[in-house]
Amino acid sequence: MSTVPGTELISEVETPSHAGRAGAAAKLADTVIRSLIPVILALLAGAVLLLILGHNPLTFYSEVWENGVQNNGWEESAKRMAPLLLIAVGLIVAFRANIWNLGYNGQFLLGAALISGFAPDLVESLPLWLALTILFFIAAGAGAVWTIVPALLKAYYETNEIITTLMMSFIGVGIAQMLIKGPFQDPSVNIAQTKVLPLDKMLPHIPGTKIHIGVLVAVIAAFVLYYVITRTAFGLKIDVLGANPRAARHVGIQVRKLIITSFFISGALIGAAAAADILGVWGYIRANWNPAYGDTVIPFVFLARLNPLAAIPFIAFFAVLSTGGDLATQSVGLPTDFLLVLVALILLFMTVIEFIGRRRDLGQSYLTEGLKQALRLPWGGKKDADEAAETEGAAR
Amino acid sequence: MSNLFHQTVLTALISGGVIAGVPLLLTALGETISERAGVLNLGLEGMMLLGAYLGFIGAYYGHSSWLGFLLGAIGGMIACSLMIVLCVWLGLDQIVVGIAITLAGGGITSVLQGAQFGTTYPRLGATATVDIPVLHNIPVIGPGLFEQHLLVYLSLIFVGVLTWIFHRTNIGLNLLAAGEKPEALDAAGVSVIATRSWAVLATGALAGIGGAFLSIVGAGIFTPFMTQGQGYMAIVICMLGRGKPVWVALASLLFGISLSITTALQLAGINISTDVINMLPFIAIMVALIIFGRRSYLPPALALPYVRGAR
Repeated sequence: MSTVPGTELISEVETPSHAGRAGAAAKLADTVIRSLIPVILALLAGAVLLLILGHNPLTFYSEVWENGVQNNGWEESAKRMAPLLLIAVGLIVAFRANIWNLGYNGQFLLGAALISGFAPDLVESLPLWLALTILFFIAAGAGAVWTIVPALLKAYYETNEIITTLMMSFIGVGIAQMLIKGPFQDPSVNIAQTKVLPLDKMLPHIPGTKIHIGVLVAVIAAFVLYYVITRTAFGLKIDVLGANPRAARHVGIQVRKLIITSFFISGALIGAAAAADILGVWGYIRANWNPAYGDTVIPFVFLARLNPLAAIPFIAFFAVLSTGGDLATQSVGLPTDFLLVLVALILLFMTVIEFIGRRRDLGQSYLTEGLKQALRLPWGGKKDADEAAETEGAAR
Repeated sequence: MSNLFHQTVLTALISGGVIAGVPLLLTALGETISERAGVLNLGLEGMMLLGAYLGFIGAYYGHSSWLGFLLGAIGGMIACSLMIVLCVWLGLDQIVVGIAITLAGGGITSVLQGAQFGTTYPRLGATATVDIPVLHNIPVIGPGLFEQHLLVYLSLIFVGVLTWIFHRTNIGLNLLAAGEKPEALDAAGVSVIATRSWAVLATGALAGIGGAFLSIVGAGIFTPFMTQGQGYMAIVICMLGRGKPVWVALASLLFGISLSITTALQLAGINISTDVINMLPFIAIMVALIIFGRRSYLPPALALPYVRGAR
């Protein structure tokens, strides 16, 4: 896949700890290897699993390629990229700021349910561009609002956000179901689903293709976020927070405000992902539909070293795998959850390769110090946090 | 008449709460052991699913719920051996590996179920219950608490055993030290790595049995992703229980009741959307976290890999 441009970008933002041109080249090679090997190993392990289940892995992977890339499959894959990439950049903001936002499913589905309910009326009564813009903002707002409780709890009481975002996620999914079956139910059908948007009232296509402009929105979001993270004060602040919360407090960063802002941006991007998917591809939402895009995005966010631009090729790769894989699993008669196994394998191999890399003391970790730290004191007060930061400092 | 009706509802509520609470109880007790030893286990969901699947297979083909529980325990231990190798031995990130185990557990059980049964979901018959003499005749709570599967009683006994282990034995002391101050345990000549490995293995076995109970006794059926977040609920229960098995048991019963409230309400003739009901436990947890979360306690060395000599 087109991983090379992405890895170039990775090496650009990585701290130049190894000086010299030869060092840089070796580092680039190392980064490429460490990003690609987990994926390759996972695909190989997946092949072994397919063999055990009595399927031909070559047929399977070639079907993935046929359906995901050839015969206009690439257009389907590009469309799949839109929500995946927006969720990826949303997670990157949070993870960089030392926040485990694992409530993406609730944030996504709430946004999706809200706009599926409002869209049919809104596109009829307003000019299309205005209606679609408003819908994007509604979805983004819903995603952002759903992070408020975990954000406040984390900012003020340092309550572990892994638990709070997960719990809020389950509640969000439930509310989304209630909205779909209740006020937003299409009265003209018996199935619990919302009214279907007419095709000409959905996101317009990029001229000459069948790809909706939501994909462009996602790519632009990745570029904007890359700029924000690498070139602005906000980006620096969240990196400081991510690296060491104690240092962040010491240099006068308003940590609480920053935590809440990062949560908001993260939730908003994940909500916007729902808008791109609903308005670009589906046009309606059915009860109990939960694509759980976020679960599958996580490994690629780490493989991209939390860099929004590097995430693009990785997400493109996964979009192909998931678009082609949906059809390929069907044709061999496996549940599509087989793809989850592949994703989990990538994640596992990534940590192992990371371990080997750390042993050789090359490259940087997939996780910021702060993210790792957040874990150690999920409930502890500030004092504990400071002490732990101190231990951390002494360890280096 | 209305009194009798009332009684039926209450009985169903308690009985359902116990049945739904046992998987939570076993899994949360497992998490209590591993957190005490300093390992945060986010892979519980995957371990429960693997236990639920293998347990179902064992009970389906072996025609014995005990064979099912055994296979479930083995399934949970297989899943957590990954965690032992990667997180305890190699010191890799516990969150990432936990997420991976959850994803893999969900994916692989769904694939295996699909490969084996296609889109059909075979059912198991009702499991045998053991009635405790005299006590099961008590109205309302009798049938709920004292006419259950033998494993229910064993789980309750285990709560006491675990309290005893935690407070009265060397094993309990070692576990505590592994989470509180691993250096001290090491200095005392006990291997931190071994202590944590056994703790995580116990967690996997308990989560596996919990999952197996869910599929064999609770549902009588295995469906992909049937745990629906119960692994995460177990983590919260463990946190709220502050490492005390008795509190964990009480919290599990409460959350079990909120999980099983649908059936009871249907018996009472009240029809509330299942979506609301499914949300109840999570809302309860959020409220509990907002009120008590600040006071819960976790060991200082939680989620920290132990490297000898590192400071």
